Amino acid sequence: MYGWTGTILRIDLTKGKVKREATDVKMAHDYLGARGLGGKIIVDELDPKTDALSPDNKLIFAPGPFTGTFAPSAGRYEVITKGPLNNVIACSNSGGAFGPELKYAGYDALIIEGKAAKPSYLWISDDKVEIRDAAAIWGHDTPDTTDLVRAETDEEAKVACIGPAGEHLSLIANIMNEMHRAAGRTGVGAVMGSKNLKAIAVYGTGSVQVADPDRFKAAVMNARKLIQAHPVGGAGLKAYGTDVLVNILNQTGALPTRNFQDGYFPTADKIGGESLAAKQLVRPKGCFSCIISCGRVSKVDNPDYKGFGEGPEYETAWSFGADCGIDDLDAITKANFLCNEYGMDTISMGSTIACAMELFEMGAITAKDTDGVQLTFGNTAAMVEMVRKAGKNEGFGAKLAQGSYRLAESYGHPELSMTCKKQEMPAYDPRGVQGIGLNYATGNRGGCHVRGYTIAIEVLQNGAVMDPRVTEGKAGLDILFQNLTAALDSSGACLFSTFGIGGAELAEMLSALTGVEYSLDEFLRIGERIWNQERLWNLKQGYTTADDTLPDRLLNDPIKTGPAKGEVSHLDQMLPEYYSLRGWDEKGVPGKAKLKELALN
Amino acid sequence: MAKVLMIHPDKCTGCRNCELACSFEHEGQFRPSAARVQAYTWEREGMSVPMMCQQCDDAACVTVCPTGAMHRSNTMANLVDWDAATCIRCKMCTIACPFGNARYDAASSSIFKCDTCQGAPECVTFCPSGALEFIDDEQHVRSRKKAYAAKFKDAFQEVS
Repeated sequence: MYGWTGTILRIDLTKGKVKREATDVKMAHDYLGARGLGGKIIVDELDPKTDALSPDNKLIFAPGPFTGTFAPSAGRYEVITKGPLNNVIACSNSGGAFGPELKYAGYDALIIEGKAAKPSYLWISDDKVEIRDAAAIWGHDTPDTTDLVRAETDEEAKVACIGPAGEHLSLIANIMNEMHRAAGRTGVGAVMGSKNLKAIAVYGTGSVQVADPDRFKAAVMNARKLIQAHPVGGAGLKAYGTDVLVNILNQTGALPTRNFQDGYFPTADKIGGESLAAKQLVRPKGCFSCIISCGRVSKVDNPDYKGFGEGPEYETAWSFGADCGIDDLDAITKANFLCNEYGMDTISMGSTIACAMELFEMGAITAKDTDGVQLTFGNTAAMVEMVRKAGKNEGFGAKLAQGSYRLAESYGHPELSMTCKKQEMPAYDPRGVQGIGLNYATGNRGGCHVRGYTIAIEVLQNGAVMDPRVTEGKAGLDILFQNLTAALDSSGACLFSTFGIGGAELAEMLSALTGVEYSLDEFLRIGERIWNQERLWNLKQGYTTADDTLPDRLLNDPIKTGPAKGEVSHLDQMLPEYYSLRGWDEKGVPGKAKLKELALN
Repeated sequence: MAKVLMIHPDKCTGCRNCELACSFEHEGQFRPSAARVQAYTWEREGMSVPMMCQQCDDAACVTVCPTGAMHRSNTMANLVDWDAATCIRCKMCTIACPFGNARYDAASSSIFKCDTCQGAPECVTFCPSGALEFIDDEQHVRSRKKAYAAKFKDAFQEVS
């Protein structure tokens, strides 16, 4: 096969058995790879009612067809499983070099089943696959785990692993690769922990083959040119990272502040990408095959928060910053480093601490609950301390490690959890940007910006302009972006490549690489198929239209200050149109005609 | 004027597009283990360094080669070339190179070393950050030297 390796590796940790299977050619053509192909395997093989932390859950690591080629910024892989945070079909995307290494070792996907009897790690070196004892590695943070596993395998192996958070089954645990890259959201790290699987080390000497090398190279050169000429893809992200968005969103009035009590943070500039570049940036870093280099190698000299690592992204600067009422970038970056080391999701962690701060300020919890810490908005030292406690699963941290929904509910205030489908929303206030609210509400993994990043049009004016405050046209925009992103994720490309290229360029590269002709329409249809496949699975799991909503605060309480003062989300004006345009009934269930059109059962 | 491949590790982002371009040009496939350039990354330090043949004037690989297969090119300046037909695969060149920049590939029974793509290195074309440059040998350190001189200049300006 071209683009695909043609082999899937199935590993049963309970029985200690390894099996090689041929990649289903039609399935690969129809679902591409990564999120699409992995999702199809979950749909075919996993009962939606399965307990996410039981041995019956399956954990899939899958690169896409682009992964391992020089398609620009397209070296990604996806973790697909049932997410324990909110029981959705989870698909967590990560960069670095782990995905390409899986391809070079010869695999389109790893399917991990069962549960090891004791702490273990996997060592995959081309055809050789071993399940090894991880007794001496269990308990270590992600950088140490990476080093220890490499010392026992190969110094150039690529390592994906969990930190202490995943071991403790934190529902906001990530899987980290190459120390700083995260497959985050929905608690996928806890699934790995529940299987007693500490790490996966991969080393590959094989190749990815190309159907039409001349055509592929021409398509890649064209895509590179477009990205490099784009002000965001070619310059902004490298200079300032994603954190460049802080000031932009604040000026839009949609930077959620103090647990979404407001949408404007007066001192936002102190935590933005410009400040990061001036104070902490050591150098930009790129994932495998990346020409954008949004990664931040950063350093904090401040003795209180001293550290070295990567970050923060925009979402992280917001979650530990504006959302906690904090404008100390040193503390924020330290919290980011700690999350990487413990293996925790920075959006969920920051938002959960913000929720705890609001509970504290209203008196629903006191210092007795928080191990004596005055957990008020703006308390930087307390924020960093709470990240440590959550990472170690100690004291009040054990509650934080389960995410904001369970925290707020346990104190009788579930309405203070800023979540959709129990997953913490990211850093765009749906009251100030209407379309992104619809995307959160309909997101197949709960509150998430990277399913349908309408911000690109509503705020960043990337290729088109739409007023963020209006609801007209937003249902169609959301659907287009959700479909495009589902296909893009499944190809192995990075979402940021869309700051320069679109579906047409991706489809052309994919056709040249695989030898299968994909038109733009077909590429988008694949995305729509994947979106509907995920939707159906979530419905079978128990989700209903009642879950396609936002926290009451966003629907009823206007933003208090800033450019979007007085705004609320008008989700009710968009959702029925969204269902209708999707070809779903009024309960949000895909209709028969749509399923037939997409060749879904 | 002849050209040389210049490496700027300070600009390297660790993306390994150089390895991909190299293996695609030479092998028609994406196989970094067959690339003539490798970019190594130290994740704890956040540093990456590309490594490839420096086309040494006094090349150890040429000196030890018993058949002349590894030789200075007659047609291109600044190129140490490898001739598959006369090579006996003794691998002495891979032992002699102090940088590890000549390597034996068992799968293809070849010595892998940079041939600058015969004067148009693909790694340079695909490097997105300017970490690899193919530059006139008369000027190859000029920008680096001048950048450092600028630091002196700034320091002197401050104290004068």
